[in-house]
Amino acid sequence: MTELDVRRARPDQLIQGATGPWEVIIGMEIHAQVASKAKLFSGASAAYGGEPNAHVSLVDAAMPGMLPVINRFCVEQAVRTGLGLNATINLWSRFDRKNYFYPDLPQGYQISQYKDPVVGEGQIEVDLEDGSTFTVRIERIHLEQDAGKSIHDLSPSDTYVDLNRAGVALMEIVSRPDIRSPREAGAFLGKLRQIVRALGTCDGNMDEGSLRADVNVSVRRPGEAFGTRCEIKNVNSMRFVTMAAEYEARRQIDLIEGGGTVRQETRLFDAGTGETRALRSKEDAPDYRYFPDPDLLPLVLEPQWVESIRATLPELPDQKRRRYEEAFGLSAYDARVLSSDVARAAYFEAAAQGRDPKLTANWVTQDLSGYLNKAGLDITQSPVRADQLGGLVGLIADGTISGKIAKDVFARMIETGEDAAVIVEREGLRQVTDTGAIEKVIDDLMAANPDKVAEVREKPKMFGWWVGQVMKASGGKANPAAVNDLLRARLGVEG
Amino acid sequence: MSPDLTRLTLAQALDGLARGDFSSREITRAFIDAIEAANPALNAYVLPTPERALAMADASDARRRGGSPRPLEGAPIGVKDLYCTEGVRTTACSRILDGFVPPYESTVTANLWRDGAVMLGKLNMDEFAMGSSNETSCFGPPVNPWHSSGSNRDLTAGGSSGGSASAVAANLCLAATASDTGGSIRQPAAFVGKVGIKPTYGRASRWGMVAFASSLDQAGPITHDVTDAALMLRSMCGHDARDSTSLDLPVPDFAAAIGRGVKGLRVGVPREYRVDGMPAEIDALWERGISWLRAAGAEIVDVSLPHTRYALPTYYIIAPAEASSNLARYDGMRYGLREAGRDLNDTYSRTRAAGFGKEVQRRIIIGAYVLSAGYYDAYYLRAQKVRSRIAEDFRQAWERCDVLLTPSTPSSAFALGDETRAKDPVQMYLNDVFTVTANLAGLPGISVPAALDGQGLPLGLQLIGRALDEETVIAAAAELERAAGFAATPDRWW
Repeated sequence: MTELDVRRARPDQLIQGATGPWEVIIGMEIHAQVASKAKLFSGASAAYGGEPNAHVSLVDAAMPGMLPVINRFCVEQAVRTGLGLNATINLWSRFDRKNYFYPDLPQGYQISQYKDPVVGEGQIEVDLEDGSTFTVRIERIHLEQDAGKSIHDLSPSDTYVDLNRAGVALMEIVSRPDIRSPREAGAFLGKLRQIVRALGTCDGNMDEGSLRADVNVSVRRPGEAFGTRCEIKNVNSMRFVTMAAEYEARRQIDLIEGGGTVRQETRLFDAGTGETRALRSKEDAPDYRYFPDPDLLPLVLEPQWVESIRATLPELPDQKRRRYEEAFGLSAYDARVLSSDVARAAYFEAAAQGRDPKLTANWVTQDLSGYLNKAGLDITQSPVRADQLGGLVGLIADGTISGKIAKDVFARMIETGEDAAVIVEREGLRQVTDTGAIEKVIDDLMAANPDKVAEVREKPKMFGWWVGQVMKASGGKANPAAVNDLLRARLGVEG
Repeated sequence: MSPDLTRLTLAQALDGLARGDFSSREITRAFIDAIEAANPALNAYVLPTPERALAMADASDARRRGGSPRPLEGAPIGVKDLYCTEGVRTTACSRILDGFVPPYESTVTANLWRDGAVMLGKLNMDEFAMGSSNETSCFGPPVNPWHSSGSNRDLTAGGSSGGSASAVAANLCLAATASDTGGSIRQPAAFVGKVGIKPTYGRASRWGMVAFASSLDQAGPITHDVTDAALMLRSMCGHDARDSTSLDLPVPDFAAAIGRGVKGLRVGVPREYRVDGMPAEIDALWERGISWLRAAGAEIVDVSLPHTRYALPTYYIIAPAEASSNLARYDGMRYGLREAGRDLNDTYSRTRAAGFGKEVQRRIIIGAYVLSAGYYDAYYLRAQKVRSRIAEDFRQAWERCDVLLTPSTPSSAFALGDETRAKDPVQMYLNDVFTVTANLAGLPGISVPAALDGQGLPLGLQLIGRALDEETVIAAAAELERAAGFAATPDRWW
């Protein structure tokens, strides 16, 4: 038997109740829509949206005599995801039927993998904002069909059904109860999202429901056995996961401290109020009468096929982060920020091509990210291309412009879309490193301000004033290092 | 007056068509007239499609004139209402599929049309193929063309493919498609004195066949003789990527096996098939079958299939379990019958209560029960284990023999409205006692008419073969057919 209770919350993760501290125990089930053009068992399109019931095949509508045929591409994505989560791939797995009646479930059963999932145990490292990390074990990943959509608000009396989603392939990624705080729960979902996006097996688009989480929450006194859990269904953002878990943990603590007991139940999270409310209790849970789907043969994978998938795995966020730290010498923070998102990482690497990686990292994480955040743009929509940002970094590194001027150039690049070099040339922003020219500026200033010359020789703090004056007189183009050196020599001070 | 074209076998008709003795339109017309005359009495067809038949016949005649005839060119056949036929109402003889017209054609029927066959109409069957007397059909039962000597009492044509059996025996088609989940081809064929073959599971595609029990359902024909069975089967079978359980193997020329004989063939006689209460004349017929094959050069071997007695209970767990899930799609939401209720659950209840007959409801309830939490291990899982044992029994038998000979049914055709069977479903289920094993193990089986019993009703003998070895089954069946020389036909009382 697998040991379930393997982690203790840090003291600062405990929640203070009226009667003492409580530990939150969280396990999650993530439904990730497989990035596939076609559905799991039919040739119909799996595209998001479209006219209602436009992507529905005879199989999806469960017409009499229609049979499912497994989409091998979807299996490949599940295997790829399993490998990305360091998990065992089960070469023999099987599809079961989960039987229940609902209008958006045309077959009257969902085809899922109940007993024998395609992916077995794995684990991932999750990082928190403060730089600490924790491990979450993955219990399994199985493939299953999504249901259609029931639309209740088009008519006061009728419900409409859109089967576009019916039969779309989902991967259900099930974690062990290794999460110990609401914040960790959000971070876990975020990390999974990074990984599936890096793998390309799920687009991670939470607004379109490509990634949704069921959050199992229970509380206990530190050191005691697990309490009774409640499952919060279909939470669709990292922030909501954290909010839902936080609310639910507090609700359970208040309940227990008030003399009540937690009932095992399924709950819904209301993003509007930030509360969870009961949907159905365990006693009301339907009997799904699972049994192996006789329309499908067991899913048997060739070890070589699995290996060929392993061979094409992209670099994952953790590996990228390590490489950024080791090969590029980036700070842990920059390495984590840059590696966490495939698009950002790709931008960074393109920009850093042949440039100073640390300087490039600073520009991507600070100036560029700052601008994009403010403008509400994704990095793929950046008005400054990666190679253009690299060009700007190159001009700073070779002394053509100063870091200060570079900020103005960057602003101009955003406006015009032009290369940094073009802007610097046209606007004459090239840094002055010609010592003769700088000396002349200094000499002119010394002649005009004899009192300040005397003053700086008395009070070395005045040196900053001189630097500022020289820079101002040169229109900011003088090389600061040269200015410093020359000023010290001419004024005869230890600046 | 020209000879009655409806009395021909499929092979004879194909020869006549090839020689130009008559056209497809002529023989099709003859069948249409025969159906019109006989169907009110026999109720074999639930939907004759004369216009479509004539259009297909004309197209076939044109094709033949063009000089590229196909294997079944111009041959009029009947189609069990289980097969979805594009643009033609398909109900599986259930009220719940009332008015359902599929926008698609089943693979098996598409294969038959590809090979030039002509569709005369849709044939009666037990509702969703659940039954052994065809009395669960929402259209009422078809009637067996045979009457007991000196009796006018209507008899069952068997089930679930009773319409197919009745139609072939009454010369209302050259041959018919049927389907076999626990004996639904072989038992009706035996009851009407015709040949019925179920191929190896996976030989024929299930795509477009209304599902009863997915792991057991298999298509096959009911025909006048073994040759016709081989011809029909060849066209019906073949790999289909749309059915995951379809076998990706070439389809043999089954008819070529017919002249092979049985010399040196080891014919197994399973002692467990001698069941309590089996009429002496069936036992005697079995012995006769043994001596026919021995006389033709076969070696007779006694074999044991020790788990046979568990086959029926196993079948009546697995088949309803799968059916309970397969029939969940008939919910009144997208097609077929809908009885509006107060709310969703009430609509489901009303629709399914009104749409499904008693036997179908019984099996859905049994199926849901055996799959329920707490009962799954004791029933469904145990049944699956026994099913593997039954398959293992056969594997061991194949080490000692090449084909098995058994009776097809424990009795000849019984009366429609039979009280014992109506009161006690288990009595009805016992009809499948010799046939279900082949379904549980996925093996090919054939029933060949062998004699008339004391009441003047046909009895059949069954041959079961190794998986994918339909050819040996057909070779032995042809020998049985030759030796039995069964040529009796029912008096035309209808």
